[in-house]
Amino acid sequence: MSERPQPNPDPATAPYWTGASQRQLVMPQCEACEAFHFYPRTLCPHCGSQAIRWSPVSGFGSIYSMTVVHRAPSPAFEGLVPYVVGLVALDEGPHLMSNIVNCEPADVHIGQKVLATFLELSDGVALPVFEPIDKKSS
Amino acid sequence: MTIAPHRAVISGIGESRVGRVPGRSALQLQADAALAAAADAGIAFHDIDGLMTTPLRVERWNMPAGVVAHQLGLKPNYLSTVDLAGASGVAMISQAVQAIEAGLCHTVLCVAGQNLLSHKSRADAVKSMAEGGSAHPQFEVPYGPLVPSLYALIAQRHMHEFGTTPEQLAEVAVAIRQHAGLNPNAHKRDPLTIDDVLSSRMITTPLHVLDCAIVSDGAAAVIVTRQDRAQGHKTKPVYLHGQGFGLRHSHIGEHKDITTTGAVESGAAAFRSAGVTPADIDVAQIYDCFTITVIVELEDLGFCPKGEGGRFVEGGRIRPGGALPITTHGGLLSGGHPGLPGGFFHVVEAIRQLRGEAGQRQVPDAELALVHGNGGVASVHATLILGSQPHGRAP
Ligand SMILES: [Zn+2]
Repeated sequence: MSERPQPNPDPATAPYWTGASQRQLVMPQCEACEAFHFYPRTLCPHCGSQAIRWSPVSGFGSIYSMTVVHRAPSPAFEGLVPYVVGLVALDEGPHLMSNIVNCEPADVHIGQKVLATFLELSDGVALPVFEPIDKKSS
Repeated sequence: MTIAPHRAVISGIGESRVGRVPGRSALQLQADAALAAAADAGIAFHDIDGLMTTPLRVERWNMPAGVVAHQLGLKPNYLSTVDLAGASGVAMISQAVQAIEAGLCHTVLCVAGQNLLSHKSRADAVKSMAEGGSAHPQFEVPYGPLVPSLYALIAQRHMHEFGTTPEQLAEVAVAIRQHAGLNPNAHKRDPLTIDDVLSSRMITTPLHVLDCAIVSDGAAAVIVTRQDRAQGHKTKPVYLHGQGFGLRHSHIGEHKDITTTGAVESGAAAFRSAGVTPADIDVAQIYDCFTITVIVELEDLGFCPKGEGGRFVEGGRIRPGGALPITTHGGLLSGGHPGLPGGFFHVVEAIRQLRGEAGQRQVPDAELALVHGNGGVASVHATLILGSQPHGRAP
């Protein structure tokens, strides 16, 4: 099986991946207006400030949208189908794409409460993923 | 009639063969389309002094406009590679008109196309598209979304918020296939039923394979020229009445209201500049990379209220003979989709309809057409309003 695509951090995103490797989800937060955003931006999308720090977030969120992937985009994912690609709305506000794991794909639904966990891809590289808190919740 | 000194008109259109066209390179397909467009406009290549094209995925040219111009033997006074992904075809027309009306050149060849299907295997095409920029390389690609998955997220949310159904999505594919059946140059022409779509292979819920664009070879070309130079030519000129652009996000994962797109802004600007409303449009060439794309765009462009798109497409409204026939060449779902240049065929079809030359699929008395292009994952939007008359709708 070919290797799953790995993130290639750059100076603007390295803290995110460093955080993930330490099992900590961090998000860009504006020092001027305190608002979170994601994906990383050069300027705060809320106020235009360039002063942005990385702050830990709870990892709690809910599923904003999701799709069950039945056809792998590349050989690296062929052994994983069907799997869930979801958009998670974090309790702190930002959205992010992720996989919803440790559950039946058919049970995953919009509005479901989820919590971040981490999938180790290779030595020192971890991918934030999410699992349902309570599979019956909605 | 007075002739504005620098007004631009569209005077020629051309297409290569579309579908599976083995043994022809991207440049050969583009030359086929360009020669057809020049002949249609009644000009020779040496009359062309402007060149616009788009980037390609099958070639690694560092300046596509330069390569294409040189290969076609042109020495343009103005040239540009236009890249708004799937909205590039629409944007080329906007830029060509601006260049002519600014006096930079008098006759622009806009040409785009590639052998996306024959160049490599379908699996490679899927992989290159999945990793080719639609998904964020760090924050999306590692999770394994297909390009269709990125649109499936929109579809799933639309179904959740508005009750849109898989049958309504399927209706878009069925209607556009009916149009394709009336286009001799369309790639897929066999009739489809709603059940065919719903029973086709599930790719990424809720999108079946028949909810997704096809992959094709093909190229299209349009000649835009100064109005005085088109005088007396046999083909009817087509006029640009309005245009608009819009952007609400770059990648879908960072957009917090994914059922509404920058088509709201591009459409509003186009209608405002043309001085018309959606009710005035006779035929709409809506970008159709996936069935959900059409439903969201119809809403955002103002053809129906937000959330009503699924119900709007029911009852044959967008089919041949319907109240608003859409994407009448068969679009990306059936007509042909050579990747990034695919949306350019929507422009060619709008012009054909306004000239009354669309054969069996001609919309009667079409005077005003809307063309909408969408690039990225419902990210960048460009809208044109084209007309058969110099100024808006005839009274
Ligand atoms: Zn701020």
